[in-house]
Amino acid sequence: MKCRVCREPAVIDIRRHNANFCSEHFLRLCRDQVARAIKDFEMFEPGARLLVAVSGGKDSLAVWDILRELGYDADGLYIGLGIGEYSDESGRTTRAFAEQRGWPLQIIDLREAYDYDVPTAAKVTKRVPCSACGLSKRHLFDQAAVEGGYDAVVTGHNLDDEAAVLFGNTLRWQTDYLARQLPVLPARSGFPRKVKPLVRLGEREMVAYCVLRGIDYIVEECPMAAGNKHLGYKEALNAIEAQSPGSKQAFYFGFLDRAQAHFAAAAPTAERSDAVELTTCSSCGGPSSGEICAFCFLVRRTAGAQPVALTVKGSS
Amino acid sequence: MKVHLRNPSRTLDVPGPVSIVALLQRLELNRETVLVIRSGTLVPGDAVLEDADEVEIRPVISGGAT
Repeated sequence: MKCRVCREPAVIDIRRHNANFCSEHFLRLCRDQVARAIKDFEMFEPGARLLVAVSGGKDSLAVWDILRELGYDADGLYIGLGIGEYSDESGRTTRAFAEQRGWPLQIIDLREAYDYDVPTAAKVTKRVPCSACGLSKRHLFDQAAVEGGYDAVVTGHNLDDEAAVLFGNTLRWQTDYLARQLPVLPARSGFPRKVKPLVRLGEREMVAYCVLRGIDYIVEECPMAAGNKHLGYKEALNAIEAQSPGSKQAFYFGFLDRAQAHFAAAAPTAERSDAVELTTCSSCGGPSSGEICAFCFLVRRTAGAQPVALTVKGSS
Repeated sequence: MKVHLRNPSRTLDVPGPVSIVALLQRLELNRETVLVIRSGTLVPGDAVLEDADEVEIRPVISGGAT
């Protein structure tokens, strides 16, 4: 296997590009793909102040690293979710990554700051843990970005993530979600701009990037995510990809090029993300569709709740 | 050779020589969902692993529902 660029021995094959790359040219490819996504989708300008949502996983650490390599002013924010040893390890990994590089990292621990954690919130609300986890992260990243004067929140969603979300939304024809599935969400009434610079790179490439850059990330999967629908969609798409390389990219970018605008145009006004009338949360001052926002409502519901021991799907 | 797998963590003894493609087929793993790592770096898909090798097969899939 030879590198497509220099003909030196390759370390990775990317079947959807029908190409192999050595370490140097693979890392360059990753940076080029991120730069292209930023430019093509007009994510942000040079000199923008960026807040990277970091979890200790491969994608968030890689996107932080790539943005810094590209010269962007990017700080990190980590949220301690209280998911047992998994959160302990992801916190250690993230802190070590930032400290080794001397990059600014803000940390918010849910239990310390808001007196709840994700397993407890899941039990109190009787909803899946990913629901409380997503709500908490979205609110805190949004709040930190607005208060910190950042130009955008950066997340590590990659091509596989976006294709899997698209697959799920399409299976159920969730047209309201399809109408707003984009790699950029513009800032609006109290919400920061949100961008996904990794949409041109797959999960396999992100692991390869971390290995080749010597980035130590948490490999173990979140114990509360095991068996969720999103992972099932990825498995299905990867079975297709193995038979027909390039399918995931064609599916996602074909949607962006040829379908998303139709769903956006057809979305009833009330379902359009820029059309929902918002007021100010009486508790935190953030944007809200009611008297208090969903996050503050969650904090109130979990107040005084006995912390629950971590339970894992599939365990006895 | 020693083959380390994750989620759950376990180690298998697999006789060499064997190509990466053949190893993944034997373990019924989709090439799109893993990378093979030896001594801290990636092993290309056309490499042949020997009896004395020790490799990690690292899953690449992750993510919650948000």
